[in-house]
Amino acid sequence: MPTCADPSVLEGLSWLMCYLTTGKHISLYISVGTVLLLLAITAPTALLFGFGGATAARSRIWPLSWFGRGYIAVVRGVPDIAFFLFFVIALDQAFEWLRHQVKCPDWDEPIRQGSDFIVCAEAKLPLSTSPQWVHETYGFFVAVLTFAIVFGAFAANVLYGAMRAVPHAQIETAEAYGLSPRQTFWRILVPQMWVYALPGLSNLWMVLIKATPLLFLLGIEDIVYWARELGAAKTPRFTDYPHGDWRMWYFLALLVFYLAFTRVSEVVLDRIMARLTRGQATLAGEAQRKAGA
Amino acid sequence: MSCIDTILDYGLRSVGIGERLLPRTDFTLCQQFTLIGSGLIWNVYFGIVALSLGFFLATAVAVGKASPNPLIRKPSEWFIFVFRGSPLFIQFFFAYFSFLALKPVAPFFDPLSSAWLGATIVLFLNTAAYSGEIFYGALLSVPKGDLEAADAYGLSGTPRFRRIVWPTMLRLAWPAYTNEAIFLFHATTLVFFSGFPAWQQKGDALYYANYFADKTFNPFVPYPILAGYFILLTLVIIGLFGAVNRRLNRHLPSGRRSRLKLRMNLIR
Repeated sequence: MPTCADPSVLEGLSWLMCYLTTGKHISLYISVGTVLLLLAITAPTALLFGFGGATAARSRIWPLSWFGRGYIAVVRGVPDIAFFLFFVIALDQAFEWLRHQVKCPDWDEPIRQGSDFIVCAEAKLPLSTSPQWVHETYGFFVAVLTFAIVFGAFAANVLYGAMRAVPHAQIETAEAYGLSPRQTFWRILVPQMWVYALPGLSNLWMVLIKATPLLFLLGIEDIVYWARELGAAKTPRFTDYPHGDWRMWYFLALLVFYLAFTRVSEVVLDRIMARLTRGQATLAGEAQRKAGA
Repeated sequence: MSCIDTILDYGLRSVGIGERLLPRTDFTLCQQFTLIGSGLIWNVYFGIVALSLGFFLATAVAVGKASPNPLIRKPSEWFIFVFRGSPLFIQFFFAYFSFLALKPVAPFFDPLSSAWLGATIVLFLNTAAYSGEIFYGALLSVPKGDLEAADAYGLSGTPRFRRIVWPTMLRLAWPAYTNEAIFLFHATTLVFFSGFPAWQQKGDALYYANYFADKTFNPFVPYPILAGYFILLTLVIIGLFGAVNRRLNRHLPSGRRSRLKLRMNLIR
């Protein structure tokens, strides 16, 4: 077993093995974990935002309904990437402004001075004294929130449509049985809407997967960052593993990674759909029943 | 400096005509509106070229995917899968670095690594794959009766495709294709954030909006301006595609005409 201590004597496969396990490559693999973590946190959060948005849009109280509809309409009409760039600064400034109001009430200078946004030192987020990992976590948190807001609007749109797709007779029957609107909503509407929502939601999931490289634009050291970093030409002076410009191959690897990821998701979502259609009064449910009989 | 001067200086800045230096201090609203609007020229250019060329490839890919011959079907399926299954952002990066790698091979490949050609090629292939899938879906839903009628009239091969299948396919696909077009115009904003350099600061609308946001630390002005421009652009697209939709549906009784249903989507 050759060691990686002196890469210049290594050749072929063992060189490659050593190359692919350097510290920086481990960072690349960890950033794949970051992407998965982002998906794992964003998907439920966006679903929650979406559920809230859809419920608000259906509400009989008009300011709430107006807010829900506005949220869905505005986010959907504008290029998403503009939203990503916008929300990261806007959220950051909003948090700092709020903290500023609470922590430094006797601050008399204006916050916007020409081109600068100045809050007192105690209100800075994260505090300039905090360690590096706090900065990174905070950046990640803002990114997750941005993703959740944007994808929440899309999920809200899907769920809003799904709630309206539940056959009206079901609601009327519930009312005939004397269920209150709240009971009708939670016991009849919500359990039945998922089968109508799933095609839209699975589409959204695919889009969400494909949106993860945009983390790079939000200033996170994600896979795009590391692929550019590691792929760039290296001279022997700075590294033990000199190579030419390999960025093309790194991005090819990312491309394959995403293709595999979407393919696996597709297969899994098809299975979930098949499970959810079982026993439903839809065309697909009927086909399943006939195939089983 | 009045607003007219600013428009004269920066109105065509994104294509290299007018004042060279971008404003550095004392940003006025007029400057922001003008420069971001000037950047929109690039978005419109990318969108129109990719869409109009992609339309033909999309038709070919859709027909290919519906072909019984696996030698034609498999490549079409893979083409659609590769471009729809991976993020456009990564496609841009991969294409850019591949083009860079091609550059030393021959001077012929030089323009590929600049945005006007390289990014257009990626967008063209990408929209061809997305619209190809839409057209394929529509191709499968061409009514059987139409084809039987065509057979009865003795139409077959190319005339049958050109006169019966293709127009119906377009008519069925048009609402979804409109969404794809809107979606593509939104996607053009990714170009200058994905490797392709903005040479001499000639960038698209988002590039300038980002420039102003970075310089002023105030995202609340440039991004809403950008959003306003894009909403306008979206309305123009809806208007144009709606006109085509009416023409495609003009032979149908009014009740059966398919309306444009807007379903915005985001990042590809």
